[in-house]
Amino acid sequence: MTLGIFLQHLLNAMQWGSFYALIALGYTMVYGVLLLINFAHGDIFMVGAYIGFFIATFLLGLGAGTALALPSWVILALTILGSMILTAGVGVTIERVAYRPLRERGANRLYLVITALMIGLFLEYLNLSTLGAADRGFPELIPTQVYTVGGVSFTNIKLIVIGLSVVVMIGLEMFLRRTKIGIAMRAISYDKVAVPLMGVPVNTIIAATFVIGSSLAALAGIMYGSAYHVLSFDMGILIGWKAFIAAVVGGIGEIRGAMVGGFLLGFIEIFVVALGQVPGFEWLSSTYRDLVSFTILLVILTIRPTGIFGVARRQKI
Amino acid sequence: MRKPYLPLVVLLLFVVIIGGSWLRIFNEYWQLVFLFMGINIILTVSLNLINGYMGEFSCGHAGFMAVGAYVTSILTVWLFAEDKVFGPPVLPAAWAIPLFPVALIIGAVAASLAGLLIAIPSFRTRGDYLAIITLAVNYIVKSAIENMEFIGGPRGFVGMKRVMNNMADVFNAPWLLIWTFIGMIITILIVHRFVSSTLGKGVEAIREDEIAAELMSVNTRRIKVIAFMLSCGLAGLAGGLFAHWPGGYINPGTFTILKSTEVMVMVYLGGMGSISGSIISAIGFTLLLEVLRPLGVFKWVVIPLLLVVMMLFRPTGILGNKELSDVFPRLRAIFGSEEESYALASD
Amino acid sequence: MPLLQIKGLTHWFGGLRAVHNFNLDLEEGELVGLIGPNGAGKTTIFNLVTGAYKPTKGEVWFNGENLVGLRPHQITAKGIARTFQTIRLWNELTVLDNVCIAHASRIKYGLVDSILRNQRYREEEEQIKERALELLAVFGLEKYAQEQAKNLPYGAQRQVEITRALATEPRVLLLDEPAAGMNPGEIGELMKLIQQIRQDFGLTIWIIEHQMRVIMNICERIKVIDFGETIAEGTPVEIQNNPRVIEAYLGEEAF
Repeated sequence: MTLGIFLQHLLNAMQWGSFYALIALGYTMVYGVLLLINFAHGDIFMVGAYIGFFIATFLLGLGAGTALALPSWVILALTILGSMILTAGVGVTIERVAYRPLRERGANRLYLVITALMIGLFLEYLNLSTLGAADRGFPELIPTQVYTVGGVSFTNIKLIVIGLSVVVMIGLEMFLRRTKIGIAMRAISYDKVAVPLMGVPVNTIIAATFVIGSSLAALAGIMYGSAYHVLSFDMGILIGWKAFIAAVVGGIGEIRGAMVGGFLLGFIEIFVVALGQVPGFEWLSSTYRDLVSFTILLVILTIRPTGIFGVARRQKI
Repeated sequence: MRKPYLPLVVLLLFVVIIGGSWLRIFNEYWQLVFLFMGINIILTVSLNLINGYMGEFSCGHAGFMAVGAYVTSILTVWLFAEDKVFGPPVLPAAWAIPLFPVALIIGAVAASLAGLLIAIPSFRTRGDYLAIITLAVNYIVKSAIENMEFIGGPRGFVGMKRVMNNMADVFNAPWLLIWTFIGMIITILIVHRFVSSTLGKGVEAIREDEIAAELMSVNTRRIKVIAFMLSCGLAGLAGGLFAHWPGGYINPGTFTILKSTEVMVMVYLGGMGSISGSIISAIGFTLLLEVLRPLGVFKWVVIPLLLVVMMLFRPTGILGNKELSDVFPRLRAIFGSEEESYALASD
Repeated sequence: MPLLQIKGLTHWFGGLRAVHNFNLDLEEGELVGLIGPNGAGKTTIFNLVTGAYKPTKGEVWFNGENLVGLRPHQITAKGIARTFQTIRLWNELTVLDNVCIAHASRIKYGLVDSILRNQRYREEEEQIKERALELLAVFGLEKYAQEQAKNLPYGAQRQVEITRALATEPRVLLLDEPAAGMNPGEIGELMKLIQQIRQDFGLTIWIIEHQMRVIMNICERIKVIDFGETIAEGTPVEIQNNPRVIEAYLGEEAF
């Protein structure tokens, strides 16, 4: 594998890892605050992508071909903004209608997890039954440009995806450290009993968590659509489960963990496939991708049960 | 002391279901429904041991089902059917009838060995981290099967229909239904008796307080290994039975997280730590799937909504952690109380 | 030879030294107290002896055998049982089950026997149940046998914990603040109870307690630690007059 090809794969891996990382963020934030594995999160990503698709198609159709047509950057901005807001609304609604009542009734945590699974199924099949099984082609909001530098070619979209996800992570980390709501979120994830007693409005914080997690998933959805152009009702399932695993491998509840776990999974997956093309490694067919990546993750979790950044809390006896 | 009627009730059920199927009073559709009910009961009761009694969160039950399904069906196809890969049958078809349960047991043992993949990490990890490990194991099993070309890879494995036909040619009986019924009864018996023994109550002690359990002389590692291997082995049994369904094929796509989710739903719907709850919810859920079949895809919009609403009204599942005979004491005449079921065992 | 002999027990939590060079000889039949201010490392010592934590350094000899490295259930099976500072019963289980399960190390039947419910299984189960009920009767708890542990009054839960510990058939019983949360009347009863089980079960008892009334009245010997270090040792009278102990407790009302 030459350096050029290696860099090529590296960029692919970083783009692929960005999606995992952005979705993993949503898992990790909700988990931190509620200790809930929000299994519907992968489908929120799907919902975000579809909402983005409809907004973009609508805006593109508006006065198309005439002088009234909106400039593409306006469409892009409106699509991202609209999708993030609406998807955040979906996320908060789910928490308000399905999770909070269960929580208030003191249901076992696992019943919440099952409810989350059901919400995920509901979203998938609501999409399938109302929009049909045909995939949707996501419009090209950002005209693709290909650059070639020293034998490595890459698109502007790839750079945007990677850049944006890094900016989002840094922004989120700052949000959690500098703002009042962010500090309250960290406080709740640290102590679920005492913090509410200190006058922190727990339900508001939880809602804020869902707003951030869902809107980031929507952002990931639009970027995914822009990068791969294909949307389907089940696009969130596998990527969602894998992102969750990435979040845990990184150390769930940790922003850095979501990022590292997401990128790590992206690297493993891309390089298993890439390695299969290298002479001497032909036996490593691309169908081994899941097998290898999950085995590596299993080994990591066996060695470090709380993930890479997760800190084991010693139980008081 | 009056003997409980339970064995009699079970026998009667057996006669009605098997006899009715034999005589074609129940058509093929109903036989299929019974088959799925039985298999779902095995899956639900076995998963309840881990997710209910032990309070862990295993979400990879379908992976172990897959191990049992493939091992059992490879054995039966190799031994009793003409096959492209395995060649002519190794043994005469008449042997299939007595050896079928042996193949099931071997499949179950293989699945229980695969269960070590989660039992051993469970020594150090628990809760959500263990959940991920079970999830990863589910993917690993599925992906491993997809990469085994000699058993069909992602396209799946066939030939079980010929095995069942060969059995029916030797002696015509609803063999699969018979073994499913027996497997179901054995599963219920094993799980019930294990969790009501002092040894098996260690499982609940682990759920309530693992550190206290270990410090009060419970060998928690041994109990975990037993519980995981038992649960996974029974899932393998369900898989082995399922592999021989009239459809005649299995593929890795059958044993995904979605299948595991279905089993989890049945466990939590019935109530964590309630065997009768598991049975009721497995039967109810199987029927619900059938009743809503005319809705087509829309079924999967309705079912999750129904379940979410049900969770809101009964946040502990149908029976909570109680058994049917705790809720309706009169049923003790059928089930017998703890002491009586003791006496039952000594017959 | 002492029944329980602890030599140079040391434990670090990361960079924090919780226990340093702790030594103790516990003779058969003794009743020894372990006191010290909050956070002195008392419970940590219990955790080290029972195997819940692995000591950084040191040895724990019991009955001629070094226990370091054994798993907690093995140590308990050898004859060291304990109770917990905060009650740790198995809440959803019945009181009877709580006591039965603690017989775990003496169960000889296996999984297959429990499924077949054969002769051996039934005999053992009957014995366990009988013995558990006997033990409960010692404390007058048999009326709670079928209650869920969480539904019992606080004082009764404390007693069930002691019963459960006794069910493991210990030779040494470690009591971690048994009087915590009790009123003076209950404490009086607890003291009687400790004396009684010590006699009836031939126990060696090692007790952590903040209630000086308990410690000074029932212990024959007291060990005082602070910041993981032993600062004094002696009879109740000696301890009460020891200037280092008084200094360590300065500001606390105990004395």
